[in-house]
Amino acid sequence: MSANLVALAYLVASVFFILALKGLSSPITARRGNLFGMVGMAIAVTTTLTVTSNWALILVCIAMGGIIGAVVARRVQMTAMPQLVAFMHSLVGLAAVFIAITAVNNPVSFGLPALLPMSSKLELFLGTFIGAMTWSGSVIAFLKLSNRMSGLPITFSGQHMVNLILALVMVGFGLWFFVSEATNWTAFIAMTVTAFVLGFLIIIPIGGADMPVVISMLNSYSGWAAVGIGFSLGNPMLIIAGSLVGSSGAILSYIMCKAMNRSFLSVILGGFGSAGGIISASDGTQKNHRSGSSNDAAFLLGNADSVIIVPGYGLAVARAQHSVKELAEKLHKKGINVRFAVHPVAGRMPGHMNVLLAEAEIPYEQVLELDEINSDFSNTDVVLVLGANDVVNPAAYITGSPIYGMPILDAHKAHAVMVVKRSMAAGYSGLDNDLFYMDKTMMVFGDAKKVVENMVKAL
Amino acid sequence: MIGEVDPTIINITVFVLAIFVGYHVVWNVTPALHTPLMSVTNAISGIILVGAMLAAGSAELDWGVWLGAVAVTLAAINVFGGFLITQRMLEMFRKKDKKGNA
Repeated sequence: MSANLVALAYLVASVFFILALKGLSSPITARRGNLFGMVGMAIAVTTTLTVTSNWALILVCIAMGGIIGAVVARRVQMTAMPQLVAFMHSLVGLAAVFIAITAVNNPVSFGLPALLPMSSKLELFLGTFIGAMTWSGSVIAFLKLSNRMSGLPITFSGQHMVNLILALVMVGFGLWFFVSEATNWTAFIAMTVTAFVLGFLIIIPIGGADMPVVISMLNSYSGWAAVGIGFSLGNPMLIIAGSLVGSSGAILSYIMCKAMNRSFLSVILGGFGSAGGIISASDGTQKNHRSGSSNDAAFLLGNADSVIIVPGYGLAVARAQHSVKELAEKLHKKGINVRFAVHPVAGRMPGHMNVLLAEAEIPYEQVLELDEINSDFSNTDVVLVLGANDVVNPAAYITGSPIYGMPILDAHKAHAVMVVKRSMAAGYSGLDNDLFYMDKTMMVFGDAKKVVENMVKAL
Repeated sequence: MIGEVDPTIINITVFVLAIFVGYHVVWNVTPALHTPLMSVTNAISGIILVGAMLAAGSAELDWGVWLGAVAVTLAAINVFGGFLITQRMLEMFRKKDKKGNA
């Protein structure tokens, strides 16, 4: 195929990728969007095959990767989506590094001059270090999310200084590679290794609660890694596809930060979440809460006209989605208006709770976002909070509170509130929640799944 | 005039415009579909497969070809895994849709 024809085919593929993302604007067009993405990828791969040798090797490798990918996609549980996504980011990062190494080794096979010009070296430098940091950062995120490593932030004194020095060292090696006339492997490898180490160090101080931001950020990195390789190889399709992914990840990071009332910088600097699980009574006085059984809760629910369920990650951990669906159906049959209110950070990654509820076949018309439902709490009879804490903490309205300004679900405005929780322990913010001590609040202690099952029986 | 422009400049043009497109398209994604968005972008970042294929498809057989072959495998996991998991998730949203209309 002529170079012009290849470029045009790549343009078509790029348009399909844009359409793929556009499709996700509604659940109705989303599947078509995904299909567009597949078509774009098929066009890109077939076109590339026409300009390469070693077909057998390439096709065998694609088949192997394809089988692994398909098996993983079929087997993974929806609660495990965050670690799967982190794992997949790491693959993109590693692939980018490998491609950059081959390009340095044999530029001619990529259509580059045998003696790499300065601009190509700079582009390869960018592609490699972003790829390397994506890989090591994602590996840490994967280990933390899958509980193979403690989710607690790992911090040491002088951490930021170490990171800064490493970053400078990395740039230094990059410059050395850049100015060397012949291929300077020492500089290139040293730069890559430093980038790997930096990727590890940047993610280890970030606590479990901030993982939705980290995972979005790594999503963004994996896109920028593709962009870097696209620049190195002079391939606009890689640049376009990579930029789409990069901006998507960046926007998701921004949305997550806003929902958690955290600045992006403070998330990246890390160390937050170390106080998780510690009750810090705000004024030291003993406060009383009212607790009840699941039967009491079921009675209250059964007599309500309108119910809003606020699911949190505790619900997913207890694998209670299906019992909740039964509960919602039962209430619905009694003519009670049941809806779900999903906070942007309810889960371990953006939109995670929506997927978990979708898996339990809860109709998505009943699942509402914060700004869609928040004004309805005040005329709702009963709010049932399941395994959520910080996202319903009214302290967000109190000036001076650490979570002041964080967007919360206004559960405290409802006529009655029921909170299903394991204990009175604080959430990730380490803050006590005044909602639990309100007169209209009833605490139901226990495992979310068991409590909900009991409620279903009692109804 | 265009013949005199450095290809890098043209690539930067493409890059900047693509970011704008990405920015506007992604803000229109409904929050309920943010997880599928992430998995589909995962698949799309597997576009790096194209670069890996060029590495593995070099006519000059040396170790670079094998490193490229590994990269092809890694990127293919992403492409297939990403699209298939997105499809699986979106099926869940469809099932509910049917029920909702019934």
